[in-house]
Amino acid sequence: MEQVSVFTAFQASDLWFLTEAAGRTLLISVLAISIGTLFGCVFGWLLSVGRGLADATLGVFLDVFRSVPLIIQLILFYNFFPIIGFNLDPFASGTVVLVLYTSALVAAVARGGIDSVPEVTRRAARSLGMTYWQDLRHIVWPIGLRAVLPSWTGVALGVLKDSALVSVLGYVELLRASQILMTRTQEPFVVLIIVGMFYFALSFPISRLSARLEKRWQYD
Amino acid sequence: MDYTFHWRPVFRQLPDLLEAALVTMEVAVLAMLVGIVLGMLLAIIRMSGRRSITWIATTWIELARNTPALLQLFFFGFGLGAFGLHLSPFLIVLAALSFNNAGYLAETFRGGFTAVPPTQKKAALSLGMTLPQTYLRIIIPQVLRVVYHPMTNQMVWSVLMSSLAMLVGYRELSGETQFLASKTYRIFEFFLVTAVIYYVMVKLILGGSRLLSWKLFRY
Repeated sequence: MEQVSVFTAFQASDLWFLTEAAGRTLLISVLAISIGTLFGCVFGWLLSVGRGLADATLGVFLDVFRSVPLIIQLILFYNFFPIIGFNLDPFASGTVVLVLYTSALVAAVARGGIDSVPEVTRRAARSLGMTYWQDLRHIVWPIGLRAVLPSWTGVALGVLKDSALVSVLGYVELLRASQILMTRTQEPFVVLIIVGMFYFALSFPISRLSARLEKRWQYD
Repeated sequence: MDYTFHWRPVFRQLPDLLEAALVTMEVAVLAMLVGIVLGMLLAIIRMSGRRSITWIATTWIELARNTPALLQLFFFGFGLGAFGLHLSPFLIVLAALSFNNAGYLAETFRGGFTAVPPTQKKAALSLGMTLPQTYLRIIIPQVLRVVYHPMTNQMVWSVLMSSLAMLVGYRELSGETQFLASKTYRIFEFFLVTAVIYYVMVKLILGGSRLLSWKLFRY
């Protein structure tokens, strides 16, 4: 009788499988980062405007997301949604948790950005006849953005990497795909190296780009 | 809502959870200590400017910072098997966390060292201080001031990251919680309590570091 091996070696078609998975990693991270940044900016503005009251309510709420491991948050929410009657799939609940997590991180960054704009600058803007929103759009945004862009990139990169944790819920992104391949090929070293390169290829250009932007913005 | 919460199984196991929290602290602190030593080394190597060795430090730092911690954990857990290296769950977690901490701390330390002007060293030496004295009394205290807060943050990250250990079968707080949750099927309740424990741990670390910073940076 011919012997049949249960395992098959790593092959070229697996690279496509990983590329697809990398696309899903990118999808969930881009969703989380864009929506999370939007919410985070609003939260940051609320924190900056609300001072003590906002710190005691919103601030504490957001702080929880920064003080509890993401993996615990994911499992907790994944098991919480059915309790309140929503049966969300891994992708949806993963996205919701990542959005909340991102917005909590961005809120702190955004608040720092708003607070970094000197009070006198803003008063000058208002005394030149700008409305509150004009001041926010044309004065606070450009100045604050420069101050916190590096921290924001750090958050975005962190979320890109932390999206790997959604794999525990069963969403087949890059890391989950690597687990599937490791089980099939029994070549964990090769698979992990390749997946590591995928992650590196996703995050390294962003960190380089931000470093360059940071340098260019410093001198003008 | 037709879900009934059962908290009794959780509270019955609370001592186990708290004990596991200590394990978490232990591995996080150990990884932090190893990370500080390695990170310092990496920073010195990277600043030395010798091409033949800086690439090691650069590769380490960029790998640690640009790949997920979970991937690093899997690498130490499963990837090293290719070389016949089979670590225990504790060693896997310790190695992965130390690797990650070292990569991040190296950049922190480099920033700290560059923040101290070189003239400080020259001035101290010209006042007749020996090199160890210069470092111990002039340079290190100033570096510490710069890197203190990033280091505190890294310590918090170390605790949060150690939760990934549950995926390689190490029974620290998260692993223990998963074990107990799957035994009793009270997944939500168990993980909620664990989340509270993590929150308290993080707050304790931050509070402790603030107290310490008052004592350290009085001047």
